[in-house]
Amino acid sequence: MTEQSTSAVSINGVTKRFGDVVAVDNVNLEIADGEFFAMLGPSGCGKTTTLRMIAGLEFPTEGSLQIFGEEVGTLPPNKRPVNTVFQNYALFPHMNILDNVSFGLRMKGVDKKTASAQANEMIDLVRLGGMEKRRPNQLSGGQQQRVALARALVNKPKVLLLDEPLGALDLKLRQDMQTELKSLQRELGVSFVFVTHDQEEALTMSDRIAVMHDGQLLQVGNPEQLYSQPVNRFVADFIGQTNLIDATVADDEMIVLANGTKVRAPNPHPPGTKVAMSLRPESIMIGDREAVPSESQSTSLSGVISSVVYLGHSVVYTVNVDWMPLEVRVPAVAGVSRYEAGAEIAIWWDRLSDWIVPDEGYRG
Amino acid sequence: MSTTKQLRGGAKWALSVNAVLVYVFFYAPIALLVMYSFSNDNLVGRWGGFTLDWYRAFGENQEVQNALSVSLKVALFSTLISVILGTTAALALERYRFRGNRFFDALLYLPVIIPDVTMAVMMLLFFTQLFNFLDAVFGIRFAKGLATVTLSHIAFSISFVSIVVRARLAGMNETLEEAARDLYASRWKAFRYVTLPLITPGVVGGALLALTISLDDVVITQFVAGPGSTTLPVYVFGLIRRGVSPLINAVSVVMLAASILLVLLSLLAQRARGGTTA
Repeated sequence: MTEQSTSAVSINGVTKRFGDVVAVDNVNLEIADGEFFAMLGPSGCGKTTTLRMIAGLEFPTEGSLQIFGEEVGTLPPNKRPVNTVFQNYALFPHMNILDNVSFGLRMKGVDKKTASAQANEMIDLVRLGGMEKRRPNQLSGGQQQRVALARALVNKPKVLLLDEPLGALDLKLRQDMQTELKSLQRELGVSFVFVTHDQEEALTMSDRIAVMHDGQLLQVGNPEQLYSQPVNRFVADFIGQTNLIDATVADDEMIVLANGTKVRAPNPHPPGTKVAMSLRPESIMIGDREAVPSESQSTSLSGVISSVVYLGHSVVYTVNVDWMPLEVRVPAVAGVSRYEAGAEIAIWWDRLSDWIVPDEGYRG
Repeated sequence: MSTTKQLRGGAKWALSVNAVLVYVFFYAPIALLVMYSFSNDNLVGRWGGFTLDWYRAFGENQEVQNALSVSLKVALFSTLISVILGTTAALALERYRFRGNRFFDALLYLPVIIPDVTMAVMMLLFFTQLFNFLDAVFGIRFAKGLATVTLSHIAFSISFVSIVVRARLAGMNETLEEAARDLYASRWKAFRYVTLPLITPGVVGGALLALTISLDDVVITQFVAGPGSTTLPVYVFGLIRRGVSPLINAVSVVMLAASILLVLLSLLAQRARGGTTA
């Protein structure tokens, strides 16, 4: 297994149970060295438990967990080459910033002078120079966040774990920190494993994303793959915005929608399979009924506009097609008149922009 | 968002009078006690001009001095032991989930609820049985004395200490200990450098409370005390039975002052900053 030795974190068949509750269910995951890896899912999906198992704050019930090829299953957290940025930072309130940041080094037995010097360097790196003597409660949320980062990174962890590190920050600060984290990670070349419930954050920052739900790992892939080729209904719904249209497979070229309309949608499923067609709002085109291009006839529906929302850069239409509303987003072009609510129109999409997912499990 | 309503007329007046009466009821006896401790008269309740004689007598009376020294010894020793045991009990109950957790939790509060007399009888019975047993099996003879008093005080102080320390622990984010562990601290070091400094105000508060309760206890001490282990409150109680002298006023004032001081210190310690993080 040469592949495992190159992985920063290697999770094989890991299950974690708390009493009767299965928090993490048979997860297999390889995280490469130097990768910005996000674990994404709604709260209670097992992403934080997985992170805590890597940190050593929880031990797997079953399975193998390796960090750079070394089995760490039940190694206590202080014996692992990883550090964590906790959700609410967990800065030590009775210590000043310098002592907080040098804590890890001191515990490892580094002498005070060296520890302080390295801590100071790291404090400068996160742009908190001059704050060394302050207490955590004298800093703003964003500053505390950077102290937490410095406190973890000063130990030169082989993997940095981040548990919803931006959750407590307001939007603007959050976006700044996203960029900052990403560039910090590139600079250091260390793997960041990042837990978040915010799909936009995950898409923005990550090289690869693992989507979890109900303790199960649903899909691992880069942002494009997750966005354009979700493996099931849950992932399609969770990543970005989408219209999920229930359908039944007619044959490998066609599916039948709820009102009996047949549309072209090549798919690998046997006839009769219940599926959902995912159509991203921005991949749907809108126009007069006679304007549907001939090659899109078999991927079009007619409908009535029920609402129009102008967003500056785009216009969002809600289109009622017989049995359900669909969201359609088109760029707002100056001078081009928009449809009004009540207009009878047609929508169509490119043959390649739909994506058929099995209709199983979670229904959004 | 003030929820207090403006009271008017009769209600306001009645409440003010009530408040005044309550305070009079609380503090008039204390004022009287303090006043008569300076009274130059051999009868407790008669004013005979200002004097410091009773305080002088307090300083010179050998029996009082002995009782005071017993009180201090018992209080310091029992506090030390009960702080250690009470803090560890609080840590166990607050940080670990184990079988019978709730049961032990309830048990710990029991000494706070049990009437003093019951506790005293229990203790007396326990020591008597224990001494009989030791005498019968090992032929060692024990008698009631400093040790039994101290042990009894430890027994009820543990509860108070652990209640105060638990309150502090509950307000402390557990993630802090995890963070310490994540930063290469062993369990012991995480406790030593993170948990302990953060719960110190609770520990100090609990200790001062234990000290106060130990210094004040009469009932339990009286049951389990032997010759030479009379504490100050027990001595005062004895004085009353032998015929009251204003000396006990002076002794009581000193005890009152010491208690108030300790309770104030305890409150201050519990309020000290640290622990709860933003």
